[in-house]
Amino acid sequence: MNDPNDDKIRKLLKQSIHPASQEFERDLWPQMLRRLEERSTGVPWFDWALLALAAVCLFLVPDTIPLLLYHL
Amino acid sequence: MEQPAELLQRFAHGDLEAFESLFRQFQGEVFRWIVRIVRDPGVAEDLTIETFWRIHRAHARFDPDRSFGAWARRIATNTALDHLKKPRPEVALPDDLPAAAIPDPGIQQDVRKRVRQAFRELPAKLRVAATLALMEEEPYQEIADALGISVGAVKLRVFRAVRLLRKRLDQLGVKT
Repeated sequence: MNDPNDDKIRKLLKQSIHPASQEFERDLWPQMLRRLEERSTGVPWFDWALLALAAVCLFLVPDTIPLLLYHL
Repeated sequence: MEQPAELLQRFAHGDLEAFESLFRQFQGEVFRWIVRIVRDPGVAEDLTIETFWRIHRAHARFDPDRSFGAWARRIATNTALDHLKKPRPEVALPDDLPAAAIPDPGIQQDVRKRVRQAFRELPAKLRVAATLALMEEEPYQEIADALGISVGAVKLRVFRAVRLLRKRLDQLGVKT
């Protein structure tokens, strides 16, 4: 990145925009583990939607209940 | 950082211990890369977790013959980019924040404010390219690898970012 035409813009940006601290001090693994646990115990929304759809179908067409039980 | 092939193989097969080992080795590197893009350590921590969450989900797609660090950096860049794309209320940076270098007395406070405003208004893709190329002075090839695009495309994004910045700064009364 050495285009001399960009030097003025580069200088302006460096003078104007706050440099973030890059110091990394704490271990993030406990947070990561929490995130993994949350996601693995939660039931995805589409599973609930599928369950709701099945319940509605069974309610509207109760004749399918014995058929379903037979297949289970 | 070279990783033992066996560790990468285990990670690719979904081994949680292998994932933890890679997480511990790369969390600092991923954090430092993200903070250079988003320039906020608090946000960068959250995005580091999000990055590793995506890495964990995508473990089966990881090729153990390739570099884990480069793959993680690519995912981190996309995660940071997604964050910058989200519309959020404008939060003005405090005026008393220190600048990167010794402040140039020739550049006034209100000019700095206008530069920040113009930079915030850039599209996220251009902002990331400009941040990495102009402020962080990363080599084009590294930016291209992190963004998953060609060097030519990076140059084009930087060129467009500079052109848009110049135009906006001109409108704001800042000579470039």
